[in-house]
Amino acid sequence: MPIINFDAALGSHQRALLIEARRAQLLASNVANADTPNYKARDIDFRAALQQAGGGAGLALAADNARHIQPAGAAGGVGGIEAQYRVPNQSSLDGNTVDLQMEQSAFADNALRYEATLKFLGGRFKGLLTAIRGS
Amino acid sequence: MSLFNVFAISGSAMSAESVRLNTVASNLANANSQSGDPKQVYRAREPVFAAMLNGMSSDPAAVGVRVAGMVEKQAAPTRTYDPGNPLANKQGYVYQSNVNPIEEMANMISASRAFRNSVSTFNTAKQLLLATLKLGE
Repeated sequence: MPIINFDAALGSHQRALLIEARRAQLLASNVANADTPNYKARDIDFRAALQQAGGGAGLALAADNARHIQPAGAAGGVGGIEAQYRVPNQSSLDGNTVDLQMEQSAFADNALRYEATLKFLGGRFKGLLTAIRGS
Repeated sequence: MSLFNVFAISGSAMSAESVRLNTVASNLANANSQSGDPKQVYRAREPVFAAMLNGMSSDPAAVGVRVAGMVEKQAAPTRTYDPGNPLANKQGYVYQSNVNPIEEMANMISASRAFRNSVSTFNTAKQLLLATLKLGE
């Protein structure tokens, strides 16, 4: 008899949700520092982050001791995703690379994706409930 | 949950921008301040923002903003010859503050826009968290 596996049932959506929450945090930092001299805007590459979190393409170093240091993201954790600096469209005199319009739209886009992921996850839970109840 | 950090980040930005709005208000209020001594006259001041690279949370992705300090503008105060003014010095000169009202107005608009952006970021994060609470319902 097959056993219901939550990890398989929820699929990649649970990892996507964590990455989107983290991206929201990065973009909020960018918006907050829109007027900070020498602040460099950062963002994460969602596709690469999801691949890393899923353990798909992320390469891990062979370790024979628990204390060996793994490269960032190799452990499959969301915490290890490298944030990358944005290439500014228009440089400003004070060394700040935040483009407020771009950050705002990226934040809105990310919020929408987060809500979509929530919807997908909710659907998965509904499916599981149906399976459990059998009706 | 990293979305909670968004509240702290937006909050820090709102408080920094309100400090900026406060200084704009002080500068505009003192735009016509006079003194007989160029060292005593009011000088326009401006907050300097700095990113909170650590201390916000254990997460390096959460970077808030803080007011690192205040600087006074170095432009020389305007000197006018007005011997009838009770504040005039022995030579009959009065010094007026170096506040440029046009610059201050532009600064005010920029601060209020930045504040509004932070508020909308805050509200979006709140909506997302509320939606997360309803997950699975």
